[in-house]
Amino acid sequence: MTWVTRGAMVAGLAFLYAPILVLIGYSFNASPLVTVWGGFSTQWYGALLADAPLLASAWVSLKVAILTSLIATVLGTLAALVLERQRRFRGRALFTGLVLGPMVMPEVMIGLSLLLMFIGIGLDRSLLTIVIAHATFCTGFVAVVVAARLRGLDRSLEEAAADLGAPPMRVLTTITLPLLAPAIVAGALLAFTLSLDDLVIASFVSGPGSTTLPMRLYSRVRLGVNPEINAASTLLVGLVSLAVLGATWLTGRRHEA
Amino acid sequence: MSSTPPSLFDRLIRLPPFLWLAAFFLLPFAIVLKISLSEPATAIPPYLPVLDWRGGLDGWSSFLEALNLDNYATLYADPFYRDAALGSLGYAALASLILVAVGTPLAYALARARSRWQPMLVALVVVPFWTSFLIRVYAWIAILKPEGLLNLVLMHLGLTAKPLHLLNTDAAVMIGLVYAYLPFMVLPLYAVMNRLDPTLRDAAADLGASPTRVFWSVTLPLSLPGIVAGATLCFIPMVGEFIIPDLLGSSETLMLGRVLWSEFFSNRDWPLASAVAVLILAIVIVPVVLFRDSLQAGEGR
Repeated sequence: MTWVTRGAMVAGLAFLYAPILVLIGYSFNASPLVTVWGGFSTQWYGALLADAPLLASAWVSLKVAILTSLIATVLGTLAALVLERQRRFRGRALFTGLVLGPMVMPEVMIGLSLLLMFIGIGLDRSLLTIVIAHATFCTGFVAVVVAARLRGLDRSLEEAAADLGAPPMRVLTTITLPLLAPAIVAGALLAFTLSLDDLVIASFVSGPGSTTLPMRLYSRVRLGVNPEINAASTLLVGLVSLAVLGATWLTGRRHEA
Repeated sequence: MSSTPPSLFDRLIRLPPFLWLAAFFLLPFAIVLKISLSEPATAIPPYLPVLDWRGGLDGWSSFLEALNLDNYATLYADPFYRDAALGSLGYAALASLILVAVGTPLAYALARARSRWQPMLVALVVVPFWTSFLIRVYAWIAILKPEGLLNLVLMHLGLTAKPLHLLNTDAAVMIGLVYAYLPFMVLPLYAVMNRLDPTLRDAAADLGASPTRVFWSVTLPLSLPGIVAGATLCFIPMVGEFIIPDLLGSSETLMLGRVLWSEFFSNRDWPLASAVAVLILAIVIVPVVLFRDSLQAGEGR
């Protein structure tokens, strides 16, 4: 059976990676045509640096992603503490649904509903509204990552601190949060990548002047394959891969602890 | 008395996430629901009725009277929307089935890999999952288009004389769905398979079952919660999928996410777009409620 499983693994990973590798390969193609290999070139990366609208939207995306990850990390960590440590309270089912719901909710639904609310309360669409929307759907992801580590945490340290008279806030800040730190950082990184990646929700809630990088890419992709987009995609894939590998490494460290 | 301070603390911890999500997740839903019962109008905002708080009780009652189910009647009666709903269901259901077929061997291979290699192999599956969804779908355009890589290879091998029409077809949408959602399928399934007691497999093998038989009569039935969890986690977002049908499908690829998008952005019919949103929600809530237990099993520890 081993050669069967090995074959499944190789085929599965090849399927997952082939399209991405093709894209990366084309980004170094000197010829603008997909059909022709014109030799190795980094000209499309150079073209990116001169592409002011693209750079501007990359900057917007970066700001949104940083703010989103800050908010979602605070909310998600608190939510994880509630989900794992508060087994019984009135409204627990509602609370769980609110935290986990946005993770599975279709993006068009989140985008539309938030936009209609922003319009309803008269909040102008801007970078801020994108951050609010992103933080809302990223909180659940942070909560799941942090809750997983919380579940494996030895409670005796917290109990010892409490027995010695530390108030709950003190136990949280000096014992629990430091122990959770790798998961919290991993959650923050995931929120960052999710925000950086989102097209659909941002398309609904962004205002003029707050076009994010995926929105800019999408409007160009609709016009067809373009070597400059290949280069931008390659950079984005590289950035996200680094963030994911970092997050994996951080959460994996618990096995050593 | 001693239990009072922690409960106050517990409540304080609950408050920020609860308030945020109530304000930005629960309340927007209520608004969508309300607007889906309204009528489109050439006004700002482009729907009626708008609740007038100053109208007191009379304002409320005339507001409630003006709400109606007309948009849902349109969704039901107009074949365009019915086809979009059935199309979404069909694409999502078929793609989920293919994902089970493709994802199960991969998840099984991950679970049976040497434990030393497992974290790295799992990370390899996770990386595409977090890599830009838009870019991964876009990558398929370069492969599937008439002068794309796949046609080049096929023509080079002499399998086809002229380029095949692959992009903007139902098949392209299906490839895109399976490709984009494969990690969603594999990860919960792997989580379940990884926790299976290996002594059960050993016992079946000791009793003379072939490896194939062990897989079909021991591993697979025990992994069913993971399969259901994975398929549900893929099905739900696929029903409302917008990017894949828009970039890989043809203009006739009808899916609800795309219909909602065009009702809102092109036709500016907010009430109808809201009704489509409620319809999507109604469709995805069914599997969530049905398979709640499996979903928790697939969450992984």
